[in-house]
Amino acid sequence: MKAIKEKHSLAMRWCHWVNFPILTIMIWSGMLIYWANDEYKITLFGHTFVRFFPDWYYNLLNIPARLAEGMAFHFLFMWFFTLNGIFYILYTIISGEWRELVPQKKSFKEAFLVVLHDLHIRKMAPPQNKYNAAQRIAYTAIIVMGIGSVITGLAIYKPVQFYYLTWLCGGYHFARIIHFALTLGYVFFFVVHVVQVVLAGWNNFRSVISGFEIVDEQPKPIIQATANDEEAGSKE
Amino acid sequence: MKKPVQKNKKIKKEPTVDQQISRRNFISFTTFAVLAAAAGGGWRWLYKSPAEKASVTGGARAPLRRALNQTELAFRRVFSNNHLVKTYPKSMAAKFPRHNSDIGSDGKFDVAAWKLQVTRITGEKLAIGIDEIKALPKTDIVYDFKCVEGWDQIQHWGGVRFIDFVDHFGLTAETQLNYVGMATPDKGYYVGLDMPSAMHPQTILAYELNEKPLPFNHGLPLRLIIPVKYGIKNLKRIGTITFSNHRPPDYWAEEGYDYYSGL
Repeated sequence: MKAIKEKHSLAMRWCHWVNFPILTIMIWSGMLIYWANDEYKITLFGHTFVRFFPDWYYNLLNIPARLAEGMAFHFLFMWFFTLNGIFYILYTIISGEWRELVPQKKSFKEAFLVVLHDLHIRKMAPPQNKYNAAQRIAYTAIIVMGIGSVITGLAIYKPVQFYYLTWLCGGYHFARIIHFALTLGYVFFFVVHVVQVVLAGWNNFRSVISGFEIVDEQPKPIIQATANDEEAGSKE
Repeated sequence: MKKPVQKNKKIKKEPTVDQQISRRNFISFTTFAVLAAAAGGGWRWLYKSPAEKASVTGGARAPLRRALNQTELAFRRVFSNNHLVKTYPKSMAAKFPRHNSDIGSDGKFDVAAWKLQVTRITGEKLAIGIDEIKALPKTDIVYDFKCVEGWDQIQHWGGVRFIDFVDHFGLTAETQLNYVGMATPDKGYYVGLDMPSAMHPQTILAYELNEKPLPFNHGLPLRLIIPVKYGIKNLKRIGTITFSNHRPPDYWAEEGYDYYSGL
């Protein structure tokens, strides 16, 4: 029998979908800023593997020579990014939803099994509640990364007034590197996230908009009727 | 009598699971679509919003300029003279400090004829020679110069602190105003500074770089070093200093950059 099972709270859905366009704008405007001093690359043993970013990439996204514009957008949307993040964290703590989100002791071991399962190496996935172990780690990490972006951002935005943040981030240079690396992390997260959502299917995706999933409840034998009644009662 | 009762009964009948699903789907997806369209429309409005009317600032979208100004007000609250720019040992200073721009400090220039012109609020103009400035107590600073582009460099500058300068030349009344304006002798480059930043104890009218007189391309004979601001505010070759309650013109603020540009 079909049944509705509540999954995502309205607040969580709101924060998720508000964050998505804001973070996109922050990444885009961040690239407009980064272009003005694009010094980062990955070099190993004298060979440069990746240069952030090649000219074709800049030209494709129309990035060059828009520093002032990038800063103006970045320093407006930083407020929305931060406020939305604070709201989400406060909500998650107060509502108790953090219990379903924050990794547990067993999560780190289980996450490995989840990955094996998702890669079709292992047949069985560990039992889970709202989120599996890998999700717990990923969705908590992304919040920690968000906090990291705000702190490193402030550290390079006002390194004199927030000198203690700059110090905490290992100095102006390192803060800028972390700020950049976190952004790469968001893009990586986004790619994996979208692939996983596509693989998980419509029922899962809809729950981030509608809030519920449709589950198939097995009809239970009559002999368990009393137990069922108790269960139903305890659910309320 | 019976009919309405039956009707009521029908309405009160629990919707089936399928009905609940489609009802909730309809509500949530419609809401989602409406909000997404509103967000898209809002972005379009912002992205296509006209440039601000050119005045002291220019070149930015009008709503974004308002946002920059509001953000300035928020961050001015955390500004303090007790927040000092980190300083470094002399040995860490760059031997060949980076030179990024010479707008307003290029072309021919008669250094010997130079005098710093300071306009008092009374309208009286002071003409101050470089020797008068060098006679004041000298302050050295080795700090990390930061460019709005994103690069930075540890540099060693020497000169007179702005607070010592205004004190010596009796400009205390002028410092009660909100802004300081500085411009190159040819008026090709100009900056506006909020008074708290100008009066920060590390703001310097510099005449030395690496303990030698300023090189020509670094603003000979006198330039501004204001470590609480990005490089764009560190005017080379000061010609005039004025005081005002309104924002003085600012070269890069006219080009879409934040007027405050504070660190």
